[in-house]
Amino acid sequence: MITGAVKELKGLLREGRRDFIKRMATFMAIGGLVLGPMPALAQSKDTIKIGVLHSLSGTMAISETVLKDTVLMAIEEINAKGGVLGKKLEPVVVDPASNWPLFAEKARQLIAQDKVATVFGCWTSVSRKSVLPVFEELNGLLFYPVQYEGEELSKNVFYTGAAPNQQAIPAVEYLMSKDGGAAKRFVLLGTDYVYPRTTNKILRAFLKTKNIPDADIMEEYTPFGHTDYQTIIGKIKKFAGEGKRTAVISTINGDSNVPFYKELGNQGLKAKDVPVVAFSVGEEELRGVDTKPLVGHLAAWNYFQSLKNPTNDEFVKKWAAYAKAKNLPGHKDKPLTNDPMEATYIGVYMWKQAVEKAKSTDTDKVIAAMAGQTFKAPSGFTAKMDEKNHHLHKPVFVGEVKADGQFNIVWKTSGPVKAKPWSPYIAGNDKKKDEPEMTAKK
Amino acid sequence: MTRPKWYRLAAIAFLLLASLGRAFAIDGETAKQLGAEDGDAKLAAIQRLVGAADPAAIPLLKALQDDALVLVKGRLVIIDGDKAKDALSGASVDAPADQREAITVNNRIRAALDGAIASLKLVSPDRAERVAAARAVAGDPSDEMLPLIKTALSKETDDEVKRWLNQARALVEIKNSDPALRRAAAKLLGVGDIPQAKQILGKLLEKNPAGSFIEADAGVRDEASNALRAIERRALMPQIVATLFSGLSLGSVLLLAALGLAITFGLMGIINMAHGEMLMLGAYTTYVAQSLFRAYLPGWLDWYIVAAVPMAFAVAALVGIALERLVIRFLYGRPLETLLTTWGISLMLTQSVRSLFGAQNVEVANPSWMSGGFNLGADVVLPYNRVVIIFFAAFVVFLVWLFLSRTRLGLYVRAVTQNRTMADCMGIPTPRVDWMTFGLGSGIAGLGGVALSQIGNVGPDLGQSYIVDSFMVVVLGGVGQLAGTIIAAVGLGEINKFLEPFTGAVLGKIFVLIIIILFIQKRPQGLFALKGRMAES
Repeated sequence: MITGAVKELKGLLREGRRDFIKRMATFMAIGGLVLGPMPALAQSKDTIKIGVLHSLSGTMAISETVLKDTVLMAIEEINAKGGVLGKKLEPVVVDPASNWPLFAEKARQLIAQDKVATVFGCWTSVSRKSVLPVFEELNGLLFYPVQYEGEELSKNVFYTGAAPNQQAIPAVEYLMSKDGGAAKRFVLLGTDYVYPRTTNKILRAFLKTKNIPDADIMEEYTPFGHTDYQTIIGKIKKFAGEGKRTAVISTINGDSNVPFYKELGNQGLKAKDVPVVAFSVGEEELRGVDTKPLVGHLAAWNYFQSLKNPTNDEFVKKWAAYAKAKNLPGHKDKPLTNDPMEATYIGVYMWKQAVEKAKSTDTDKVIAAMAGQTFKAPSGFTAKMDEKNHHLHKPVFVGEVKADGQFNIVWKTSGPVKAKPWSPYIAGNDKKKDEPEMTAKK
Repeated sequence: MTRPKWYRLAAIAFLLLASLGRAFAIDGETAKQLGAEDGDAKLAAIQRLVGAADPAAIPLLKALQDDALVLVKGRLVIIDGDKAKDALSGASVDAPADQREAITVNNRIRAALDGAIASLKLVSPDRAERVAAARAVAGDPSDEMLPLIKTALSKETDDEVKRWLNQARALVEIKNSDPALRRAAAKLLGVGDIPQAKQILGKLLEKNPAGSFIEADAGVRDEASNALRAIERRALMPQIVATLFSGLSLGSVLLLAALGLAITFGLMGIINMAHGEMLMLGAYTTYVAQSLFRAYLPGWLDWYIVAAVPMAFAVAALVGIALERLVIRFLYGRPLETLLTTWGISLMLTQSVRSLFGAQNVEVANPSWMSGGFNLGADVVLPYNRVVIIFFAAFVVFLVWLFLSRTRLGLYVRAVTQNRTMADCMGIPTPRVDWMTFGLGSGIAGLGGVALSQIGNVGPDLGQSYIVDSFMVVVLGGVGQLAGTIIAAVGLGEINKFLEPFTGAVLGKIFVLIIIILFIQKRPQGLFALKGRMAES
């Protein structure tokens, strides 16, 4: 393998530099082909194609790779039971490589060239914003499985993750309750991009309605991939030492969470003194962290692996078996499930049910059939697709980190909560309609 | 003769029961409340157990803290491995896993438990245990603990324990209705190191919305403001030390990342874009060492890092040598080609690691002796892992200096980098020096990877986040100068950490970049330029 690559390289160099860069790109593509084999896709006529648009390389690979595997697992299950409308499902996996413009390019390729019936994909809000015009222009269908900041409602997207009122707001309410430690001062800490900034804008407005003055809110942002949290933790300590119970609300995304939590543990900032509640940290993100010093820090989601109910037991078991059979790195020894995986799984099955109801994979017919679909979710509740607003009705859980990296559920809603994509805490949202405009924007 | 035998048996049984009863003289009703659904009820039960001042409650509370206390059909049961025993009587009971009902412990309960257990341990015969307990009690004492604290104080002879106990007592008594007690408490808090003392004292000096002071007694207010000033005076020094330390820590990380590059780029002039991947390989080697220890030498797990150091050096050095022999040696003197090729190789290395270990980050845990931190007082903690890395960086720099200035190969390296042709003429085997030097530079990057694995992420993309910083350090320090690299790394770390509190992390980084750009404009050769007649100049 390597000698081949070297030969190619030598040949390249002999030919001089003229179209060197072009050649270099070919060379790298060869490297990519050799070293990162994609699953071979069987070609047959009588199948329904499903697009999978998740980053398998780059910064977001840490979170998105398992979502690709979750879609593949659900497809395998559905195919084993005879497929949809008598046809087998055929996944088309592409890698947008954590590159936001590439997301749009790959989405166009999936819809226009591969003619997929639907796409499951995206994690960061910036990638979703990047593909949105493509889906609206080509009238495609996207299932987006991650919690996000709201402020968006497209006819072509079904949002199976949480809106702010299904995650952020209840979590902060918990922190302010007696059991959550009756916090009166808040640090809003996040990665510097659209999701944390919008969420914190909503939270600031929400805290204002709870009579928290601006002086008691500290907002801090770090760049993507930040690794040195010494100063920030020092600042949090100082802020917390100035009086009143303090809590940290973290919207740090991606692998920055690992150094953040390591520093937190080593600097001895204990959950019982200053609890940290995170919105983008789940079982998978804590895989690379020693969780013993972190016991008691919190996360808010609509699903945790530690939930005890028969549907979840079965889901976890299926995932463990699938990970073992497919030899998925990491998961084959220590299978973990998380909220976005559950949301992905619900999405695939709801799409299947909608297609069966519509008796067609036509985008508009499926969108109409999606309204009011229900699915018995691993969260233990029946998730329902809202009749109008393209979001799920989901329960909310708050969990505390345990020594083994799982979560101990300390608070939950009594039942599913309807999503409010237009947060009432942002001015002007009260006039917005709780359903997408049914004419696609041109 | 049967009757006396019966009697004896009955007597023994009675004594046994009585002793059991003594060992578990916990009010059953109170204990039952520990299993209550409601957090307030649980808290009240914990405080009642503290009020009863019976150390027999410790195992029960400890079990609750460790999630080992469960309800089985309404009965409290302590689970210990695969054994289960009744929490009150201590008798073995049958508790099948599906009947166990976990008792939820949240942060609020956990905090109360920590204090409760500590307060019951205040009279322990072991000094170390008493110190720990007194410290924990001083962290968050409750009114119920006051009698326990007072009894402990009256018996205590050890100064350190006494100091913490006095702080704990002051924290409780500052809420007392007697102004004399409050005054004494405020005075005591002024000499202690309790993090929350500042906020409690500060509150005493605040005014109500109505305009009157929250603290009515002027004497108490005076004591409080004196105490507050004393605390702030004492906190100043540790805070400056903390900022210096975090700058030094960041500097040592930058130095370890850049030192290898200072040799390959600085001395040899190779633009090695795969340098970051050598760091990554070092970090992954650490992970492999940890896994090997976990599997084969679990008793020595804490020392895996010691084995990882030579392993990481060897792996990174071998990959570096292979890279030099197979690719780079054909490209000497052609910087653009070297840059693109090594960049391609860095992608290949990243992708192979991703295929081998998975796209997710792998877990590298700090050994227990590197977890936690050294408490400087005034809530300033120097984490051990960062302290170790600073010393490690100094050690590596020392070795490199020793190598370059005291060994024959080091002399060759300096000769070749200064004037290749002349060195060749003098009979120095330049190709051998080349691959050895490149191997050394890569190996040092591997060592840097070991250090990085202790504070950051270990993932396939690890290298990319450090390559820019590494080049920045080397270019700023002056190409070809080790001393420059060291000063540039530490200087950048300190500047960054002094800017960050004012500007935030995002702007801080931008400011540092602007400073570097301006500096390079003024001094393109970096901080330290090589003087003398060079082959290139």
